[in-house]
Amino acid sequence: MFGLVLICLAVFSAATYGLARRKVLQAAHGSGTRPHSRPKYHGAHAALWAAIPALLVLVGLAVAAPRIITAVTWADLPAAAPSVEPFRSQFQYDAEAIAAGSIPSAVAYSADQRAALAAHADRISALSGMLRLGGLVAVGLAALMGGLYAWSRARPDYRARNAVERWVGGLLFATSAIAVLTTLGIVLSLVWESLRFFQTVSPLEFLTGTHWSPQIAIRADQVGSSGGFGAVPLFVGTFLIMGIAMLTAAPIGLMAAIYLAEYASAFQRAWIKPLLEVLAGIPTVVYGFFAALTVGPAFRAGFNRLGEYLLGGPLNDLGLYLMGVQNQMALVAGVVMGIMLIPFVSSLSDDIINAVPQSLRDGSYAMGATQSETIKRVVLPAALPGVAGAMLLAASRAIGETMIVTMAAGLQARITANPLDSVTTVTVQIVTLLTGDQEFDSPKTLSAFGLGLTLFVVTLILNIVALRIVQHYREQYD
Amino acid sequence: MDAPVIDTRPIVAAGPKAPAHGIKVRTRDVSVFYGDKQALSDVSLDMADRAVTALIGPSGCGKSTFLRCLNRMNDTIQGARVEGVIELDGEDVNARAVDPVALRARVGMVFQRPNPFPKSIFENVAYGPRIHGLTTSKSELQDVVEQALRRAGLWDEVADRLDQSGSSLSGGQQQRLVIARAIAVDPEVILMDEPCSALDPIATARIEELIDELRQQYCIVIVTHSMAQAARVSQQTAFFHMGQIVEIGRTDELFTNPKEQRTLDYITGRFG
Repeated sequence: MFGLVLICLAVFSAATYGLARRKVLQAAHGSGTRPHSRPKYHGAHAALWAAIPALLVLVGLAVAAPRIITAVTWADLPAAAPSVEPFRSQFQYDAEAIAAGSIPSAVAYSADQRAALAAHADRISALSGMLRLGGLVAVGLAALMGGLYAWSRARPDYRARNAVERWVGGLLFATSAIAVLTTLGIVLSLVWESLRFFQTVSPLEFLTGTHWSPQIAIRADQVGSSGGFGAVPLFVGTFLIMGIAMLTAAPIGLMAAIYLAEYASAFQRAWIKPLLEVLAGIPTVVYGFFAALTVGPAFRAGFNRLGEYLLGGPLNDLGLYLMGVQNQMALVAGVVMGIMLIPFVSSLSDDIINAVPQSLRDGSYAMGATQSETIKRVVLPAALPGVAGAMLLAASRAIGETMIVTMAAGLQARITANPLDSVTTVTVQIVTLLTGDQEFDSPKTLSAFGLGLTLFVVTLILNIVALRIVQHYREQYD
Repeated sequence: MDAPVIDTRPIVAAGPKAPAHGIKVRTRDVSVFYGDKQALSDVSLDMADRAVTALIGPSGCGKSTFLRCLNRMNDTIQGARVEGVIELDGEDVNARAVDPVALRARVGMVFQRPNPFPKSIFENVAYGPRIHGLTTSKSELQDVVEQALRRAGLWDEVADRLDQSGSSLSGGQQQRLVIARAIAVDPEVILMDEPCSALDPIATARIEELIDELRQQYCIVIVTHSMAQAARVSQQTAFFHMGQIVEIGRTDELFTNPKEQRTLDYITGRFG
């Protein structure tokens, strides 16, 4: 049905294109004048007027129709319908489902309720049939009126090109508005749900509390019935892993960038750069199981072995501790995340080092400086602000990264600076809070939005600072 | 490489402005290739100590390429190849034993656009002495920096803001800062690649004055687009065209009485 209407609209619009184009050509030929715009613009102008108003009507009706139907029929539910919620709403849903030809819920209705349900469903389908017919007429009318309007405008002196360009400009604006509005919508929903969360848990407790256990028991005598929403352990875990990741990625990425930008021949560059960027193309979930199944056991085995070696010596206690180290630890997640960030850091830093003007290097070489002196004393100081910005961008990615930590860092919310401990991060908690069946009014679920909002604010600030630094640096040499 | 052919012609004729000192840089049959493209062919030119030699000619004639041979800056360009003999005080600069890094400490260079490092004014000038370990104490370094800035005629303008960034200076001041940076390592030769092309006339006049003062101590080779500038600051001029030297002569003679038709055409503005 919907598809058929679309095809008809397309055909109608194509026809108006041809008709308007011919009309203008003939008129121009008859009067011997040159049309203001090329004939194809007149055609496109007519086609747009024929299609777009009709499309808007179609989309508007498609969105509005189910709401209209529900609103109208809800007002006169049959007397036999259940009178208590949620069964009353369920009755309406089931009637709509039957009218749409799908299977209703398994609610056991009494005999007269079943009869009323069938009658109600009939009423709904009758109404929707009427609406559909009316909608079809409205779409047709819109197409016809739009087409006629454009047809009347199809004269050689009409500025069709300008009109078409306004339409295209509008279209481009609409597409960019979609991106902006979606972002706005996401932020608003985050804020909205967070506000609901902060009605039950005070923001102060959330931001300063040190106890995180979002499981709220249904009965007071259950284990862990207290429930704690102190997010500090999560942020400590997040920043611990981010710190380890940056300690891995920053030196390796930066030195790789220095090599690529300053030492590598064009041939080496042509090979190494794409290879490094392959690393960036690996899905994070692959890094995740690499961390969980390869790096984690390897690190544990290494630490356990070291522990055995230390047993009985002066570091006996440390040896005992190391022997008990488990697979899941902040170190593994951090190191693997650092590896993931290497291409990110190196490719950004490489661009920034390359942007340092050659004249500075020439100036240094002409002073009798060696290549390493030039890099250490001139190129890197000049690139430093940009490199710092690149590091901040990488750090904000590390904070938002989810898969690796979910698989390799563990789930224990605790405040520790020990990289061999199992920790948990904000993103991991959001994942565990929102996977599976959830009720959307418990603080447990809503706390995910609180975490999301806080994380969003932190990474936003990091990104703004980083972009400021990078931009400031760019201006310096342009 | 064969021994260079000794050119016995007096390159700079005697006269009131003639340099009283010997040859500092001697080049014979210098050719430069960038990949397959020959940028310079068989250039032989002697540059006197304590004098200014100007290299003039239209764009792309090879004068900057020649200049960059003298401190082996062409080494930093991939695919560049230099043939012929270039001698500094009779010593082949392209010899295997010569370290380009050490050479460049003796042959300083100033570029077309001022290129102060993104450091303070003081650190810009101190850069050379620091990397070459010329000073042993902080006060000695301060003396060297002050001397270099004084000789570049910049001291009075920057004495009270040595810790500000070098790029905060005006274009003309930046260029003098770069010259101070070059003379801080006490070179023997200073190469200048169109040092005034990015400057306004007042800053240009200031730099030209400075060049004339520096001539008392250094061998200066300057590439310039401006024939008026060559006439003002130099004692010897070489006219380059299409990668070759067309004419070499005392500046006053070359500009008043050129021997070659092409030189006459160029200095009277018929091409270039």
